[in-house]
Amino acid sequence: MRHRTQILTAAALGLIAVASATHAQSSTLDSVKKRGDLRCGVNIGLAGFSAPDDKGEWTGLDVDFCRAVASAIFKDPTKVKFVPLSAKERFTALQSGEIDLLSRNTTWTMSRDTQQGLAFVGVTYYDGQGFLVKKSLDLKSVAQLAGASICMQTGTTNELNVADYFRTRSLTYNPVVFEKNEEAVAAFNLGRCDAYTTDASGLYAQRIKLADPSAYVVLPEIISKEPLGPAVRQGDDQWANLVQWTLFAWLNAEGLGVTQENVDEMINSGNPEIRRLLGTEGEYGLGIGLDNDWAYQIVKNVGNYGQSFERNVGKGSRLDIARDQNKLWKDGGLHYAPPIR
Amino acid sequence: MDAGPIARSVDWLRTNLFSSWGNTILTLICLTIVWYVIVGFVDWAIFSAVFAGSDGSACNKPDAGACWPFVTHKLGLFMYGRYPDPERWRINLTYVLALAGLVPLMIPRVPGKLWLSIYLLTVFPIIGFILVRGGVFWLPHIPTELWGGLFLTLVVASVGIVASFPIGILLALGRRSELPIVRWACIGFIEVVRGVPLVTVLFMASVMLPLFLPPDVTFDKLLRALIGVALFSAAYMAEVIRGGLQAIPRGQYEAADALGLSYGQKMAFIVLPQALKLVIPGIVNSFIALFKDTSLVLIIGLFDLLGIVQQSISSDAKWFSPQTAATGYFFAGLIFWIFCFSMSRYSAFLERRLAGGERQ
Repeated sequence: MRHRTQILTAAALGLIAVASATHAQSSTLDSVKKRGDLRCGVNIGLAGFSAPDDKGEWTGLDVDFCRAVASAIFKDPTKVKFVPLSAKERFTALQSGEIDLLSRNTTWTMSRDTQQGLAFVGVTYYDGQGFLVKKSLDLKSVAQLAGASICMQTGTTNELNVADYFRTRSLTYNPVVFEKNEEAVAAFNLGRCDAYTTDASGLYAQRIKLADPSAYVVLPEIISKEPLGPAVRQGDDQWANLVQWTLFAWLNAEGLGVTQENVDEMINSGNPEIRRLLGTEGEYGLGIGLDNDWAYQIVKNVGNYGQSFERNVGKGSRLDIARDQNKLWKDGGLHYAPPIR
Repeated sequence: MDAGPIARSVDWLRTNLFSSWGNTILTLICLTIVWYVIVGFVDWAIFSAVFAGSDGSACNKPDAGACWPFVTHKLGLFMYGRYPDPERWRINLTYVLALAGLVPLMIPRVPGKLWLSIYLLTVFPIIGFILVRGGVFWLPHIPTELWGGLFLTLVVASVGIVASFPIGILLALGRRSELPIVRWACIGFIEVVRGVPLVTVLFMASVMLPLFLPPDVTFDKLLRALIGVALFSAAYMAEVIRGGLQAIPRGQYEAADALGLSYGQKMAFIVLPQALKLVIPGIVNSFIALFKDTSLVLIIGLFDLLGIVQQSISSDAKWFSPQTAATGYFFAGLIFWIFCFSMSRYSAFLERRLAGGERQ
């Protein structure tokens, strides 16, 4: 009996070994090129990050990043197959090779980076927990919420963050928790709480669902770190580099003032940094297995990071999220990309 | 004694609604509730509703009712999913081809039922599949992840219904078979499937399956869902049909045996026609449940009618407003109700007709 179990275990381990060996053998870039499209895992639906428009086309910041990678590889932003994933499916989909890239508002944490077989390549959106309050209360900071009732979803990190925040400051508050996020918003809308808390990107989305959005403000203070970024499978450094530098090129293009509209003029720019970015000088595409105009293609097809931000979550959308932490470093934000040289 | 219509209805009211003090109070309370619900609904759906606008800001005002432009702007998406606009005629043509077979089949007077059934079960699925999937002749290939909305709901439900019925019959017969291996296999299958929620089956198919396949082999998600749904509903169908088989008196089996009929003849001509007729309500009930269960395919990233409405409600910031969600769910509910109610009415008609046959 014991013998049989051992054989079964050995067989199972062998199967896993074979499965992982086949993953390691083929380079992701080669298989993407051979297949002719990029398989990109996105959220099933999250306002501003991945959502269908009236025609059913995918739009959003996470979606644009997939298109940027496809543009760099194929010079064509439409060569993406979007794979909508639930929170539970997302890591398995990447591990099993069903997708090449996970661009699904996933928080970069140590355990995910080191224990799940995935590698984060950077941050596309600095999120963090914020608070939505009635304008009439005239509040300036979260600490002023001492003694207030706060609506939130239970079982989330948000609930724990608030508890930590108030405990470290020896302040009291009255949590009003709900099983579902929609219920929390509905209760807040009916005036059962003074404030409503979730991640900042979500606050802006929920605000326009309220009966009178202008009567509410998002407090500027952010009490937690939720850096959202794209991830790839561990063990393919070339592919990780390609995805990472797509993000850096996206950010650098904004820093250098290269936009979707002016990129064709910028090609003739005398600025060496712009010339290196757009491939008129140097052989930077070679290192990631692409042509030298890879970054030109990104900006030409998708625009730079700032343009995508404003179009999907900023001023160009009804969400109207302030850029704050998501500005470039030189404007006082957190986005900082290494130089192309 | 010859009362006019008014006197008759007064009489009816008195006996049915106001026969005692207690009943009168109950009637009045119910009428008040019904009145408030109806007034509230009509006000929400029509008088306070917003009918024009190009995004959610039009609906974003206090006390606004339903946000209808959300539905009208997204109607194409809700009906066809991401299926490309210029190719949608192919789906419409498929609907026409289906109705051309289905409508005459459902009207008792029209002859040629056998040919119609053969058309619907063999010719139509092949033509329909080629038409909507494309990739042959001059038709561009439309991958299944672009299929969605009501179209996907109908594909999953009709494939599930058509496939589960024969499998269900075989399982039911197998479960009552005298051959032990067949019997135990059928019992095992039915009990395992009935013991597991459909969500789990779909989730396993989408999360576990890819782990065991090489990275470049992908199993079409829709195909996974179709197989899962068909096998799942077959197990339920088998139990419904078994109920019918058990209700047939022993004498019928014995009479068939006495006539020297083979097992196949006995089942096909004596037992099944009677058994199936008995369980029509149960069968239709399973079909309706299956039709509504199709919404679960959202779990594996397919967007049926409810899934795509939900996705638009929760993520398309362009249409966010206080009443967007209610409007979208109401619309989806209405469509589901139309289909399920039609199925139940047709089954009632069928039962009456077959019962009439019995009396003759």
